[in-house]
Amino acid sequence: MSVRGKAFIAGAYEHPLRTIPNKTVQQVHAEVAAGALADAGLSFSDVDAYFCAGDAPGFGALSMAEYLGLQLTHIDNTETGGSSYLLHVQHAAEAIAAGHCHVALITLAGLPRSSGAGIGGAGRFGSAPEVPFENFFGLSIVAGYAMAARRHMYEFGTTSAQLAEIKVAAASHAQHNPNAFLQNTVTVEEVLQSKMVADPLHMLDCCVVTDGGGALVVVSPEVARKLSRHSVPVLGTGFAVKHVNNGRIDLTHTGAVVSGPRAFTEAGLSPGDIRYASIYDSFTITVLTTLEDLGFCEKGKGGEFVSGGGLQAPFGKLPFNTDGGGLCNNHPSNRGGITKVIEAVRQLRNEAHPAVQVPNCQFALAHGTGGNLATRMGSATLILGQEV
Amino acid sequence: MSFLPLADVEMNNETQPFWDALHNNTLLLPRCTSCASVVWYPRAHCPVCFSTELEWEEMSGRGTIYSYSIVAKGNGRWKESGPYVVAYIELSEGPRILTNIVNVTPSEVHINMPVTAVFDTGDDGRVLLRFTSVSTS
Repeated sequence: MSVRGKAFIAGAYEHPLRTIPNKTVQQVHAEVAAGALADAGLSFSDVDAYFCAGDAPGFGALSMAEYLGLQLTHIDNTETGGSSYLLHVQHAAEAIAAGHCHVALITLAGLPRSSGAGIGGAGRFGSAPEVPFENFFGLSIVAGYAMAARRHMYEFGTTSAQLAEIKVAAASHAQHNPNAFLQNTVTVEEVLQSKMVADPLHMLDCCVVTDGGGALVVVSPEVARKLSRHSVPVLGTGFAVKHVNNGRIDLTHTGAVVSGPRAFTEAGLSPGDIRYASIYDSFTITVLTTLEDLGFCEKGKGGEFVSGGGLQAPFGKLPFNTDGGGLCNNHPSNRGGITKVIEAVRQLRNEAHPAVQVPNCQFALAHGTGGNLATRMGSATLILGQEV
Repeated sequence: MSFLPLADVEMNNETQPFWDALHNNTLLLPRCTSCASVVWYPRAHCPVCFSTELEWEEMSGRGTIYSYSIVAKGNGRWKESGPYVVAYIELSEGPRILTNIVNVTPSEVHINMPVTAVFDTGDDGRVLLRFTSVSTS
């Protein structure tokens, strides 16, 4: 069964703040939910399905349904890190296509900045079987991605300056976003001179740590037709889990190798059709590897692809993360993900900032990366359109 | 021993022989008697062919560096340990496993560097499997 054209994103909302003191996580979930429902022209009483991931407190959707006051016939707590919310869009589209629900609400919220949690995952590790074999070696989140970058450099000759180009493009977009956590432009030199965190990744290769959140409302075609707001159809979805596969670690490929083609096939499109891409950017290397794996360029040629303004809106080869992305704008709950879909919706609605709006943006792609790059991860790809 | 933190590792019936062997300066991993895969990390079944007929086998403790990072400053108990080297090493027997490279100047570490096991044991009996350069061992 294909979900192509069977569900629409009718509401999208990103919390405007990047530091939110004196609020609870559930309160921020409620604020972004209200924002997305208002954007769609719907209310809490219209919601019959709710989706959240590990950032939601307690029993996840069970706890949140009660807190929000929702009456639900369908829920989903699927937790795949930063890719969760893109996978939730796929799951919502599937549930809507199956007739299980009509109005699905997806929320993300977190307060890592105010709580002092700093950079890192919001993952539930606890008693996971890999913990005694991986967590006691001082492996920071950054170091895991740094090892992927090091291996990419070794196999393909990728350079730190090429990775820096990704941050430069994101920063050039963020200067137009009044809500972005970092709004200053940067040069390749400035990235290379920023503090080394985990060699070869510098401070400016890393995403920001922000409070905040976002929400999406996914609806059936019947509901979408009744709304005055421009609803964005889901055209293609793909997901894959990639793990260490009994020690056969391959650090230079991600699950996007599988999720991308699945999404393109469902949408009946190819990478050349995509005018705008939201690419999960926890670190610069995340973007580089993902672009290759999604087929926007040949494997190993990502460095060339991103150089010379390749990712800069509106006229680069592939304008990306026009909100400034996780590298500059927002990475709420240390995962973002939902913000990738939100900016893609803005582009398709022609509501991105005029300086970065891609002209005639007919098709957009959003990609989420969750967990640890290439070793224990969930990859989720969505292809969205202006119309079916 | 190195000067990096050791850990209180939680063992269970699936992993106890691995940890017990480290105390005897031996690297033991399960090998599948059905498909001959070496199983990493240790568990009670083979994730390649799903057989539960595994036998513990001594590994060479030798390998090469697959990738690495020099961490400037760690988190938590690792805050004062930097710069230190986190690495995936490829064991001669196949699996690529996470570890630290110790007793080597971080700037001298490189991909493909031959390494050998260090059974890093504290006075309190805690032990972790780390690796060092073959030339410095």
